[in-house]
Amino acid sequence: MHREKFIERLLLLLALSSIGSLALITIFIFLEGFPLILSAGLKNFILSSHWAPTKGHFGILAMIISSILVTLGAMVLGVPLGLACAIVLAEFSPRRLKMVLKPTLELLAGIPSVVYGFLGVIWLVPPIRTYLGGPGLSLLAGSIILGIMILPTVISISIDALSAVPDLYRDGSLALGATRWQTVRRVVLPAASSGIITAIILGMGRAIGETMAVIMVAGNALQIPTSVLDPVRTLTSNIALELGYAAGRHREALFATGIVLFIIIMILNLSATLLTRRR
Amino acid sequence: MPHPAQAPIRPRGSSPTHLVGRRGVVLVWVVFLAGLLAAGGCESSPQGASRPLCIAGSTSVQPFAEKLAEIYMHRHSGTRIDVQGGGSSAGLYAVSHGAADLGAASRELLGEEKKLIEIPIAYDGIAVIVHPSNPLTDIGLAEIRQIFSGAVRNWGALRLPPHAIHLITREEGSGTREAFEHLVMNKTEITPAALVQDSNGSVREIVAGDPYALGYISAGLVDHRVKTLAIDGVLPARENIKNQTYKLVRRFLLVARTAPTGPRQAFLDFVLGPNGQKILEKEGLVGVK
Repeated sequence: MHREKFIERLLLLLALSSIGSLALITIFIFLEGFPLILSAGLKNFILSSHWAPTKGHFGILAMIISSILVTLGAMVLGVPLGLACAIVLAEFSPRRLKMVLKPTLELLAGIPSVVYGFLGVIWLVPPIRTYLGGPGLSLLAGSIILGIMILPTVISISIDALSAVPDLYRDGSLALGATRWQTVRRVVLPAASSGIITAIILGMGRAIGETMAVIMVAGNALQIPTSVLDPVRTLTSNIALELGYAAGRHREALFATGIVLFIIIMILNLSATLLTRRR
Repeated sequence: MPHPAQAPIRPRGSSPTHLVGRRGVVLVWVVFLAGLLAAGGCESSPQGASRPLCIAGSTSVQPFAEKLAEIYMHRHSGTRIDVQGGGSSAGLYAVSHGAADLGAASRELLGEEKKLIEIPIAYDGIAVIVHPSNPLTDIGLAEIRQIFSGAVRNWGALRLPPHAIHLITREEGSGTREAFEHLVMNKTEITPAALVQDSNGSVREIVAGDPYALGYISAGLVDHRVKTLAIDGVLPARENIKNQTYKLVRRFLLVARTAPTGPRQAFLDFVLGPNGQKILEKEGLVGVK
């Protein structure tokens, strides 16, 4: 009995320590970054796109816009592909095929992002430069790479949502004379919609938080892009790119960039949690 | 029986926080750890009989200083040398306040800093590079400034077939960028439309693959896949860098507050001696001796 209690306590302590480290991280980034937002002014920070931290300009508007655009691009490419894949695997493929394909797709998630970035630099950037113009390292390249990288997230959560729809619904619909596609479109998809939306939001979170691959293929220029062929710098790229040499106010500005990213990811996470809880 | 569309279906086995959370947390941890590292300093090293020699400063000098320190420590097993980055200004500040034994600077000393003792250890040229297929061989310093400030955006302005120039620069805080801004830009800012890469290697990689690219890297790191431009007719050859007829040259300095003695002097003797200079030349710099 004593042993039982001890193990319970130990597990509780371990669980609390992980929450504790999250709390510490939050406090730390806010302590490090907030003074800069205060001294530079919130307006100069998020509504200006003049970033020259060693000369006292800390505007991250271009990066916020770029982060959003790259993520949207990834959604446009990744969501239809991922959803189609999930529907095929969950509804139209034999059990055995699904048992092979699903783990394979999940393997995609295990590939390090630097590998995606490298493949992007080698296979994606040169054709964009040659056939579409611009320097190749671009918003488009970043979106395509991220679109592929979010596939495992979107697919596996969508499959789970689709499989959670009781067979009773499918049987009922088929018995009423609907075809299989009609059943999927009119019955299964609506029933699984909250799970699918969660999958999309989590995919967005993955895309906006991705760093290495984006640094390698997106070009990291500081401007607000006017075309998909323009190079862009995302919030995460900004932190990773400049952290190595940053000191003083420059370093604070990178933490402040982290605060903005933190808030965006929190909002995405919260909305995903709320949607799955929705009755 | 409820209508299917309104039925609450929760995806099995998916936890909404784990994927996004992990991403975010990893990044945040990196930031966190970097913060801890940056908070440390020379002073935190253990004091005592075998106090390590602390060199702090320019991130451009850092890799070379690390190499020198590594070989020096290998030969003199009793000595420990800590090499830290932080930038030229931070290094000079640390030396003048006694927080570091030697400062490393990749720029000339300014104002108050001139009271410190400077020991030049090497020259580094900054090469302006293009794709080998680019017919351009020579460019003016003023032209480079116009291009990097964003005033000139087309190769046509340099009497070449018209095509947009794909500019590549280094990230804010990089020593090479700092030197380039100081030597070329003359207070004008580099255009935000320029691509930004975080190492000499990746700038070279892009220029090697893009016929319309223009970038700058440390002269020692130029290889056959890119073409170096002469600036106002002078190529960054070894001799031209040494006698500074090539315009884009910076000196790498070690800086001390007082006349170096003991282990500091021993290390400086090594750096300026034939072995140290040979190491620097092998790493792509031009020695001072």
